[in-house]
Formats: sequence, C-alpha cells, structure tokens
Amino acid sequence: MKSFLVVIFLIPIVCAAPAHAMHISEGILPFNWALFWYLVMIPFLALGIRKLRASAKEEISFKPLVGLITAVVFVISCMPIPVPTAGTCSHPCGTAISAILLGPWISVVVAAVALLIQALFLSHGGITTLGANVMSMGIMGSFAGYFVFRLLRRMRLNLGVAGFFAGIVADWVTYASTSAELASGIRGTTPFFELFWQILLSFIPTQLPLGILEGAITSGMIVLLYKKRPDLLVSMRVIKAEEVEA
Amino acid sequence: MKNRRLMILGMILLLINCCLPLVTAAEEKWAGVDDTVVGKYAKEHGREKRVSFINTDQGDLLLFVFLLAGVLGGFTAGYSWCLLVNKEARLLPTPKQKP
Repeated sequence: MKSFLVVIFLIPIVCAAPAHAMHISEGILPFNWALFWYLVMIPFLALGIRKLRASAKEEISFKPLVGLITAVVFVISCMPIPVPTAGTCSHPCGTAISAILLGPWISVVVAAVALLIQALFLSHGGITTLGANVMSMGIMGSFAGYFVFRLLRRMRLNLGVAGFFAGIVADWVTYASTSAELASGIRGTTPFFELFWQILLSFIPTQLPLGILEGAITSGMIVLLYKKRPDLLVSMRVIKAEEVEA
Repeated sequence: MKNRRLMILGMILLLINCCLPLVTAAEEKWAGVDDTVVGKYAKEHGREKRVSFINTDQGDLLLFVFLLAGVLGGFTAGYSWCLLVNKEARLLPTPKQKP
C-alpha cells in the first residue's frame, strides 16, 4: 500500500514536463467557433455540476473518489508520453476512467476543471478554446468511453476487457473530435472533410499506441478498484452486487 | 486462445503504427502533436497560437509550474486513494453525521 502511494506520488514528479497534445491553443479558433463550443459545453457542464452535488449527498466515498479521479485526469492529460514509432509526444486523456466510475455527466465537470487549470497556469490549451477542448475531451471522450463500456458489459465481457476498449475508444474519439473542431474552425475555403482527414491522419501515428496505453490504464484502474473496493463499484453502478458475491 | 488473439491484434496495430510515420513524419524529435499537427495545420490556414492570458511559458518557469502541478496532483491522488481504501478513514463520520 505504502509503495503504491509512493509510486502514485513519484510518477508525476518524474514525468511532469511541458506537453501539448489534443489541446487547441489560445487564439487558434476564430471567435465565432470558440463561442459556439462554449455554448455547446455549458448545458453539459451545468447538468454535470447538478449530478455531482446530488451524488455527493448519497455516497460517503464519493468525494474522495472524485478527488482521486480529478487528480488522475489532470495529471494524465498533461503528462507527455514519447511515442518512439512516431518520434512525437502526446498524452492520454483519462476521461474513460472518470466516465465509467462517476458517470459521463460528472466526467465532463472533471475534465473541465482539469482543462481550466491547465489553460490558466500551464500554457496548455486556452481560455478562448476551453469550450472546444471540453467538448472533445470532456464530452465526446466521456460519453464514447461510457457507452462502449456499458455495451461491452451488456455483452458480458469482463470488467478489464470492457475497460480496456472503453479507454481506447475514449482516446481516439477525443482526437477525432479535435480534428473536426480544428477543421471546421480553420478551414477557410478548403472542404471540411479533406482537412478533417488530413488532421486525423496526422494524429494517428501518435494516438494509435497511446490509445492502447489509455486502454491499459483504464482497465488496470478498474480492476484495481474492483479488488480493493468492490462495494464502491456496486454503489457507483459499475457492477451488480451479484458479481461481487460470485 | 483469447490472449493469443489479443496479441495478434496488438502486433497488427503496432505494425500499422510503424508504417504510418513514413507518411507523416515529425520534423522535430519528440515535439508534441500540438505543434506537429494542430499548430502546423493552423499556421497553414492563417491561424497562429496566441500567448496565454497568464503566460508561464517563459524560461524554466513552465517547468516549475508543471512540477508543482505534478506534485499537487500526485498528492491529491495518493491522499484520496488512501481515504478510499483505508477502512478506518472510510468509517469516519462526515461532519454532518456527528452528534
């Protein structure tokens, strides 16, 4: 237990360094598109905050779980990971794990908090592009990961495998959304789909292996929580009570 | 059998990944995809990255801020994990439940 805490504590210290990846930087999107993504984000965020308040009253372990997941999403989404086959660096998103454990709505709030701190203090993303970044990482990533996990669980796949594929899909959907946001915002006279595919193809060499890594992280965290606190997974409706007894 | 299939799938994905950089190789080693992808396409279409409102991207200041963020994030994650798995901490009543 102590060694695990030491590892959790040391990894970000050893690995922390400036990284830029799916975040769309300050000033890249034109004003109308930046505003549009803010307007799309606000209802999701408002509903997420409402659900967060309601859930915090129901479950005593909910607050530490939100604290853990927010810290994990924050650290993971600004931790550069070198991809030797591509020669570039990028980061996973962590939204699959937050969507599975906390639900996709609360996961939007978690991602928004992480992205806001990064935009304010780490020159990572931007305030004007926060709406677009929350849309791709928080909304699209969370909902995609959550639905894939639910679908695979309904198909009776085990917890680890379902988590693995949820992590992969959440990561890849996040980057596909970023490509769409970027293509729609900067395209000018270029056809949307032409630019979208160009950007998406450029992301693939880095994000293909990182998506698999994100799947492994998601799967590992869910299995670890299942071993340590199966009751928590039951109360968060990730698994059914019968599965623990079996 | 399942593990074998997963391994084959992994090998195929790795092979595809090794071939893709031939098409889209990064000019600078270990640059973030923000520069090699987002920045590149934005520049090509006349959009440039602006300086952040709170500009910490100055010399080693950014390294310090990232290190601080890593420490705080790591501490919060470790502390919350401890609260979640530690039975004694879990059984403590919340302030509202105190008599």
